[in-house]
Amino acid sequence: MSESVPRYWREIKIRERLIGSKCEDCGRITFPPRKVCPYCRSRKLTEVELPKKGKLLSYSVVRKPPAEFEKYAPYVIGIITLENGVNVISQLTDIDLKDVKIGMELEGVLRKYREEGEEGLIHYGIKFRPRIK
Amino acid sequence: MKPIVVGVGMTKVGEHWDESLKSLAVEASLEAIDSSGLTPEVIVFSNMMSGRLQVQDHLGTLLADELGLRGLPAVRVEAACASGGVAFHVAYNMIKSGIYKVALVVGAEKMSDTSTEQTTTALMTAEDREYTGFYGASFVSLNALAHRLYMEKFNVSEEEMASLAVLSHENGVNNPFAMYRRKISTKEVLESPYVADPIHLLEAAPISDGAAAVVLASEEVAKTKSSVVSVEASTVATDAIRYYEREDLLTFESAKKAFMNAVSASKIEKDQIDILELHDAFTIVGYLTLESAGIAERGKAAKLVASNKFTLSDKPAVNTMGGLKSRGHPIGATGLYQISELYLQLTNNAGKNQVDNAKIGVAFNVGGVGTTTSVSVLKRR
Repeated sequence: MSESVPRYWREIKIRERLIGSKCEDCGRITFPPRKVCPYCRSRKLTEVELPKKGKLLSYSVVRKPPAEFEKYAPYVIGIITLENGVNVISQLTDIDLKDVKIGMELEGVLRKYREEGEEGLIHYGIKFRPRIK
Repeated sequence: MKPIVVGVGMTKVGEHWDESLKSLAVEASLEAIDSSGLTPEVIVFSNMMSGRLQVQDHLGTLLADELGLRGLPAVRVEAACASGGVAFHVAYNMIKSGIYKVALVVGAEKMSDTSTEQTTTALMTAEDREYTGFYGASFVSLNALAHRLYMEKFNVSEEEMASLAVLSHENGVNNPFAMYRRKISTKEVLESPYVADPIHLLEAAPISDGAAAVVLASEEVAKTKSSVVSVEASTVATDAIRYYEREDLLTFESAKKAFMNAVSASKIEKDQIDILELHDAFTIVGYLTLESAGIAERGKAAKLVASNKFTLSDKPAVNTMGGLKSRGHPIGATGLYQISELYLQLTNNAGKNQVDNAKIGVAFNVGGVGTTTSVSVLKRR
């Protein structure tokens, strides 16, 4: 599925820098950013950039992908718990499937997600790779 | 005032190359209307993906026209895989309100008009497009995240994880409406390819076409009929749309809340349930539903099924007509198949799989990864 340029453009900051929101009342951080805190319903939320380091909580290998990811399969999808305790979902990169382990330390890097054909948009976002010490 | 089920209708689930979304919905609706002997005053149409798969919306009005019922009020309800249960909830409340006396609620989905990849994209609309779909997750892979975590946390084997699929197929053999009427072994499940590791192909409900319909009537209208099945409760609850945001990834808060509310509305406790329809789109969804509702202990559901609990001779008997895995899972129709199957059991019309003296039936219809759950409680009066 192709996306309009504005639809892609308005999400860039959030997807490429991991911008979430912090509740001024209860202190909880959520990703993506939102207008109402899901924990205390406060509307006093401010944007915060999330840490790019975390640990792998669970993962799967997508072998039957959605149409727009057809040529990239198989690839690894995981839930990553960031250093501040916030969970995000992302693809894993720079790793062999046999080396993927729950609990492994990861870090976020900017990568390409997909292309919309020859002349369409190129989608970029954060992917997570094994942390380089 | 309790709404009464006065008629049901189902098409066989399968790949219906010679049928359209419209013709399937008409077939199930006419059967339900005919078996009720009543004319509906309102139509509720359950469907998830027609806009993407058939490039057709406005389904309520479309069906009213096809059924020769032009002029009737009609609505379409969508709540991903829970569309059917949520549509039933809407019709239930329409009757309960007293404004309508007879409601037709029909669910239909036609998934074989598009490629597997296109259908996979459409199914992912159950989650947040911008922050889950963007990353290339498939709907199966989201459930696989839960599946892996469950195995890891509760030390559950692959064989135990497969057991609900085996149970559903065992029962589906005798359901004339089921898509796959054959038994499968644990070995066959584990030897089938991964769709999204660690979920095997034979642990995932198939892409299917089908329609199921139910006619609900007020007690007053139903008095003139010989109907014996009442709806004691119909509840809906929701959870975070993005699975990864849940505080406890192994509890379906929506199933917990919807079941708690159903128990308090119906005064029917879990140990009174004779027939239990679980939403086994993936085996993990069935296990987490059982545990979240408190019907199985946390971490024990897969082990219970693997030790031959929940068979036809047990109480409750689970997925007595094959569940989603064997009967099939035409998304918007699934919740109405569950209700129709409970109705067959409660009216002693379930054929070879009839559970003796079945009085109470409960269906859990789940959308997303436990994101929306609808619970329906039916009783033979």
